[in-house]
Amino acid sequence: MAAKERAIPAPGVNPETAPFWAAAKEGKFLIKRCTACNKAHWYPRATCPHCMSETTEWVESKGTGTIYSVSVMKRAPEVYAIAYVTLDDGPTMMTNIVECDFDKVAIGDKVQITWRPTQDDGPPYPVFKPA
Amino acid sequence: MSIKGKAYIAGAYEHPTRLAKDKSVAQLHAEAALGALRDAGLTKADVDGYFCAGDAPGLGPIAMVDYMGLTLKHYDSTDVGGCSYIAHVAHAAEAIAAGKCKVALITLAGRPRSEGHSGATPRMRGADAPDTQWEFPLGVATVNAYAMVAARHMHQFGTTAEQLAWVKVAASHHAQYNEHAMLRDVVTVEQVVGSPLIATPLHRLDCCVVSDGGGALVVVAPEIAKSLKRPLVKVLGAGESIKGQMGGDVDLTYSAGVRSGPAAFAEAGVKPGDIKYASIYDSFTITVVVQLEDIGFCEKGQGGRFVADGNLISGVGKLPFNTDGGGLCNNHPANRGGITKVIEAVRQLRGEAHPKVQVPNCNLALAHGTGGLLGSRHGAATLIMERE
Ligand SMILES: [Zn+2]
Repeated sequence: MAAKERAIPAPGVNPETAPFWAAAKEGKFLIKRCTACNKAHWYPRATCPHCMSETTEWVESKGTGTIYSVSVMKRAPEVYAIAYVTLDDGPTMMTNIVECDFDKVAIGDKVQITWRPTQDDGPPYPVFKPA
Repeated sequence: MSIKGKAYIAGAYEHPTRLAKDKSVAQLHAEAALGALRDAGLTKADVDGYFCAGDAPGLGPIAMVDYMGLTLKHYDSTDVGGCSYIAHVAHAAEAIAAGKCKVALITLAGRPRSEGHSGATPRMRGADAPDTQWEFPLGVATVNAYAMVAARHMHQFGTTAEQLAWVKVAASHHAQYNEHAMLRDVVTVEQVVGSPLIATPLHRLDCCVVSDGGGALVVVAPEIAKSLKRPLVKVLGAGESIKGQMGGDVDLTYSAGVRSGPAAFAEAGVKPGDIKYASIYDSFTITVVVQLEDIGFCEKGQGGRFVADGNLISGVGKLPFNTDGGGLCNNHPANRGGITKVIEAVRQLRGEAHPKVQVPNCNLALAHGTGGLLGSRHGAATLIMERE
């Protein structure tokens, strides 16, 4: 766990997603919810991927969830875990699992959001750690 | 309108190179094209349709059409990654059925081995793609995306590393007879699960090779096929689809093959049990297991049991697959395995596979592939062919 972590490249922010990254700088984890079909989605879009309504809104997520799948990348300068986490708020998102035992991290583990700095002064990036 | 019986695969050629440090990508495309036209008994002057995908250098089909000096009535550069060329055969058949062209050339080539590519390195798939900012920074490469599919399959269905290993074992049994294959040594289940873990739960021997090379196909109208001297390989049916993360309703246990497979079988009017030989895209061992389930060779979740104990080995099991050694042992030119899948199916239907792996009386074959990442978003294409 004390091992050096892989550096995260800065995400390419665009006008559609700027509110998410602005909130990330405040430590807030936003997801999108559709006011037409009332369903949350990931990754955040202006247009709902479930019903194609344009009436989506940003809502703050609890930032807790369960690992849906995980793979530990061994063949890399710094070992890291890529995963899908199913949020308690609904959608399943791709992320990294950090501050974990790479030999034990598993599907079904409860996790919670944490943030990592990104390269080139980019915004903080949402990742998850054991809850 | 159906494409059933409306077009034939008259030419097929796999470039023999696996390391092409001394050639350009355009040159490899042209060499593959020439090989397939010679195989068919046609020339460049006969070609009136051209199909290529993102491995073709330049903008869409334009640069390669100019490079090869083709004069066309029809083109298509549909790019769904590695399975593009399986879809191209179907699209060529559609164009021929609609009277848009009569002789369609499909090419693929690339030199990822010379250029030092690896499936363990995160690759940006378009800086402006809407998913890139949410995934590329996480270090999603090729191998760990497929590894998440494998991990979930194991968790949900009890699939084991040993069962996945059988896919590689079967491919290696076939590759020993292919003089061009990159890896010709027969391997055991123990060797596969004993090879280093790359991205858990996938081992090095669960992964396909990185090779330079190329391939080409010539799809023609029925009257042209019947005027040539080659055995008749008829297009019977095809299907295609795309699947992603469904807005966060992620389900890694199935692929777009659940739509492309049944569509192809319905058009062809045959069932999975009728298929004598199957080419299944084997980017990783897990890819084959999921695809076999999705296109209907076994129940969902039973793919691990289906591939175990040599069931994919020609002459041994019920479903001979990838008798050239596949991507796992033979060749994965341009990091795109679709065209070699069609080429080996054509060899089997013609009776021109290696005698040690030739399926007796092989009159019905399937080629199926996926492109992109099974672990995030991908295309799938299925093609069913018959020897007439
Ligand atoms: Zn909606």
